[in-house]
Amino acid sequence: MEIFPARDGGVRVWLTGGESELLRLLANHIIDLMDGDRKDQPQRSVMDELEALFEEGPAPQTPTDPVLARLLPDAYREDPEAADEFRKYTERSLREAKKYFSQTLLDTLPDNGGLVKLTPDQARDWMRAINDVRLEWGVRLELTEDFEDQLAALDPEDPKVATFEVYGWLGAVQDSLVHALTR
Amino acid sequence: MSVAPAEVDLPRIENESVPDKPWVTIVWNDPINLMSYVTYVFEHVFGYPRSKAQKLMLDVHHKGKAVVASGTRESMERNVEVLHGYGLWATVRQDT
Repeated sequence: MEIFPARDGGVRVWLTGGESELLRLLANHIIDLMDGDRKDQPQRSVMDELEALFEEGPAPQTPTDPVLARLLPDAYREDPEAADEFRKYTERSLREAKKYFSQTLLDTLPDNGGLVKLTPDQARDWMRAINDVRLEWGVRLELTEDFEDQLAALDPEDPKVATFEVYGWLGAVQDSLVHALTR
Repeated sequence: MSVAPAEVDLPRIENESVPDKPWVTIVWNDPINLMSYVTYVFEHVFGYPRSKAQKLMLDVHHKGKAVVASGTRESMERNVEVLHGYGLWATVRQDT
């Protein structure tokens, strides 16, 4: 993958078919995570969607899954009541926002690789989508700030090595996107 | 007196005889977010100059957390929503 700043303030990304496929898989996974139980429900009509929008379901709680707890964190650290209240009014829109960022990535990824031209807004959606993927895998791999040491300490046969390498690659992609946007 | 140069909303005085302590947005350190990315988010979301964004990022990194904005409770909650969208670990608190 190569990432360049574009003259219009956006970003140009060149990526291989394999890289495109990998990002597609990872972004789809974030959308599934954000959909939660909803993805198991049968196709819903517009009326069902409208009803769901206004229904007073059970108020969402701090997720017990550490990945979800990191992607949808509490807004108050020492006041669980305020944290729950905030979550009640914002968690749904935060889930939708994260789905939207991943969807931008999916919509702009070329099927078999190639060159993509991103507007600054699309580039920021890419950054946020890729960051969500990094958060997910950083939590799953229980990463510390000594990522390189953790990787070096793994047995080369450990299946986690591949995931560590993808995580490292995503960090490099993220860093390139930031630099292309601020150039 | 201290006024952050790029507050999203300036605090408004409510109809109270004793002015409340301001609310603050705090960003916590985590091992995943890149330093370059966190700096960019502070620049883009708050409109801070690069030098201020970088100093705040380093405060988060070295001290474990930093106050990145202060103002009304509502505007701090709005900040947190935006920062959660960027995947930063942000919280709201009334200043002590």
